[in-house]
Amino acid sequence: MKTEEMVLDGNALGGMMLELFGREMTMVVSTCRSCGTTGPLASVDVYMKAPGVVVRCRTCQSVLMKIVRSSERVWLDVDGMRMMEMEL
Amino acid sequence: MAGAAVLGRLTWQVAQVAEARQETPRVRTIALEPADWPGHRAGQHVDVRLTAEDGYQAQRSYSIASAPGHGLELTVELLDDGEVSPYLVEELRPGDGLELRGPIGGYFVWEADDPHPVFLIGGGSGVVPLMAMIRHRIATGSTTPMRLLYSSRTIEDVIYRTELDEVEAASNGIEIVHTLTRVQPDGWTGYARRIDPDLLREVAWPAGERPAIYVCGATLFVQAVTEGLVGLGYDPLTVRTERYGGIGG
Repeated sequence: MKTEEMVLDGNALGGMMLELFGREMTMVVSTCRSCGTTGPLASVDVYMKAPGVVVRCRTCQSVLMKIVRSSERVWLDVDGMRMMEMEL
Repeated sequence: MAGAAVLGRLTWQVAQVAEARQETPRVRTIALEPADWPGHRAGQHVDVRLTAEDGYQAQRSYSIASAPGHGLELTVELLDDGEVSPYLVEELRPGDGLELRGPIGGYFVWEADDPHPVFLIGGGSGVVPLMAMIRHRIATGSTTPMRLLYSSRTIEDVIYRTELDEVEAASNGIEIVHTLTRVQPDGWTGYARRIDPDLLREVAWPAGERPAIYVCGATLFVQAVTEGLVGLGYDPLTVRTERYGGIGG
């Protein structure tokens, strides 16, 4: 299967983010550090079939976030995001 | 872990299978009875996890088909190269346990008090979360106009066919529009091609009426439909999408 057929969206992050943060996170509005696009996490591109999870901006394809987990710990690299905004 | 429960974090639980019924030759609906279920919203999903005897785990997300307040039912399509769906569609029996967590998601969700007309567009098993929205509208007595455009390969692949026929026949403000992309039965009068901009223009409400739009299906289906809608002038912010990829579920 081609890569463009395998890309998911941020809805697929919902379970893991809920597990990590204890709240619904797919409505969090993120800002891409590279191009400035803002939108809910639900609408970013997500690649699950990698050694970790890779999250990319749908507009410019820059990497927003990388998530790697072992059985004991998880690492979140959010270097590609400038901002996350959420309702209290 | 006690701390996890205090934080309200998402935890796995084993739900018992109450019933399993075949929808099409490749699709099955599974009714589950989780011990701890907070209730769900129309459009949400759960994560399902299978563990092999050697400890290997495979996890997938499946949309909830049932309306909020009407139990927990998942509808699952068999994918030939899948790690999880063959077990769910061909092996799982009533009385078995299934490990899951949820409900999950806050974006691809429809609330019955949303005043906008609702345009649902589904490809294949992408109809499942849309069906939860249709059932929710009926269960709540909402009068919001709703329209489903549903793309299937053949008439035999149409999930919830009988129920959708009944919804359409009830003339209760929910319209069902089918397109069959591969094979059409004799005398078929519906659409017989993939969803394209012309088809969208014929079926959708005008962009000026600001319908709430939900698109669910394989990644390339969702991309094509979304581009078609934006080309017709719909505000991308009113188009909510969910892609199930094509990864072996």
